[in-house]
Amino acid sequence: MTIREIEQWVYREARLADEGDYDGWEALWTDDGVYWIPANGDDIDPATQMSIVFDNRSRIALRVRQLKHDKRHAQNPKSRLRRIVGNVEVLSGDAAGGDAAAGDVVVGANFIVYESRERGTTIWGGRTEYRLRRVEGQWRMAAKKVMLVDNDRPLSTLAFIV
Amino acid sequence: MSAATTVPWDRLIEPDRVHGSLYTDPAVWEAELERIWYRTWVYVGHESEVPEPNDYVLKSIGPQPVIMTRDRAGGIHLLLNRCSHRANLVCDAARGNSSAFRCPYHGWTFANTGALLGYPFSSGYGGRELKAELGLARVPRMESYRGFVFGSFAEDGPSLAEHLGDAAGEIDRLVRLSPEGRVQLTAGWLQHKVRANWKMLLENETDGYHPQFVHASIFAVADSGIGELYGEKSAAVSRDLGGGHTENDLRPEFRRLGEPLRWFGTSADRLPGYVAAMRAAYGDAAEQILVDGSPHVMIFPNLFIAEIQIFVLQPVAVDETVQHVTAIQFAGAPELNRRMLQQTLGSVGPAGFLLADDSEMYERNQRGVQVRRPEWLVLKRGLHRERLDEHGHRVGDATDEVPMRAIWAHYRSLMDPAP
Repeated sequence: MTIREIEQWVYREARLADEGDYDGWEALWTDDGVYWIPANGDDIDPATQMSIVFDNRSRIALRVRQLKHDKRHAQNPKSRLRRIVGNVEVLSGDAAGGDAAAGDVVVGANFIVYESRERGTTIWGGRTEYRLRRVEGQWRMAAKKVMLVDNDRPLSTLAFIV
Repeated sequence: MSAATTVPWDRLIEPDRVHGSLYTDPAVWEAELERIWYRTWVYVGHESEVPEPNDYVLKSIGPQPVIMTRDRAGGIHLLLNRCSHRANLVCDAARGNSSAFRCPYHGWTFANTGALLGYPFSSGYGGRELKAELGLARVPRMESYRGFVFGSFAEDGPSLAEHLGDAAGEIDRLVRLSPEGRVQLTAGWLQHKVRANWKMLLENETDGYHPQFVHASIFAVADSGIGELYGEKSAAVSRDLGGGHTENDLRPEFRRLGEPLRWFGTSADRLPGYVAAMRAAYGDAAEQILVDGSPHVMIFPNLFIAEIQIFVLQPVAVDETVQHVTAIQFAGAPELNRRMLQQTLGSVGPAGFLLADDSEMYERNQRGVQVRRPEWLVLKRGLHRERLDEHGHRVGDATDEVPMRAIWAHYRSLMDPAP
């Protein structure tokens, strides 16, 4: 995968999240994917410490099913969202737990999300690390870790896909 | 004249309705700081958060930052985070281990007991010794119950035992779920900020009427049975424990089913190590403890024990509240603790399956209560079927507003002690 292809993949994932295309977004996951948004720092142990999100694959599916339900009040109406993703960088396979032998590619990127809803506008910023894996000819996420800049402070409700 | 004496409480709080301005008026907020947050017992932290000598954590009483420390000898202290010299904050880190706090402004140093240890260039005070008079301020009273540490800004008043009253029994019921009789709040806290008055949260915590509506999406997609516990046919009861403390008591439902750990959505065969440890600790009584499960109790004004998690309400302004939340961990129950943490973090906090929808309701309520008519919020539900239980507590059906009426009656007694 070239850097250009990686960037295109990252932008697509961002657009699916922004536009609330939940099925399209869920299809990007591998069967063992983990979606993680740590709290109180970027390197906590999610087995013993509270995270904002720590979803295994079945919980990712549950999150998507809830988002598609019309009584997910926190996202009905959906937040209007647009995000800028930049500083896309291919990290070494060893970084962030990537398994080079399996052909995983570990990618880092920074983001700013602009969110508008009845509450008002909120700007979210942070860094994402993806672990991408080729499955049946498609690149999929085996892991997405979202490190919010302010994950150690009080945060507003963020029920959208960040 | 203090804010509390200018608010016409008798015209705003009636037995079955309350006025919307109680959630929006800055004078009400000022009065609450004076009569509730800076007077009554307020939950601050848990002893397990400072397990070692010289550990400390930053906590709060309402908008006030409080440092909870454990000194070298093991004693717990609640200190205000303000240098006695020029009022700089002496503690920045959310937690740590240190025998002393050194103010960054002029280098004054305080022991974790609050005592002033030293100040640079001390000859500049003309030989006057400041140490005895200029320690860090302390929260005037501190008491703990089963590791839960409370503080009160009032120099005197009811004891913590008097404040807790029969709510203490719910804390007892919680800690009995540990084979060692202790909870540990060691899993870290999420901080969830909402643009709503703190009482919107306080009242919602034991509102048994909302779950089937607010949480309809997660109950539907997770195929959860929780909604039925808060249905019309539920045998569960809502209860006024006195002192503004309220609960949803789900035991009648769990006793009807009679299955250990049903309250946690699991069964004894899935947690054999935990069940064995409980039987070893409590003998024949273990069965009933495991059937009854954990309490769902709101201890006025800010400690909410919600079965497997602890919430702490922190009001920061009339229209802004931070809800702190962590997973309960039971000493001697590692098998259960892992599952409680994973279940809790799925449910609560800014992205939680449950709390994201609750917080959306708090904020919608806060916007709605500013609409000019009809001015009042209605607390009538279940008035006709209120009754006293065998302990003399007022109870209602699972979805009744007994808890809200109890909260407001107590609130009025604090704000307007001689009506």
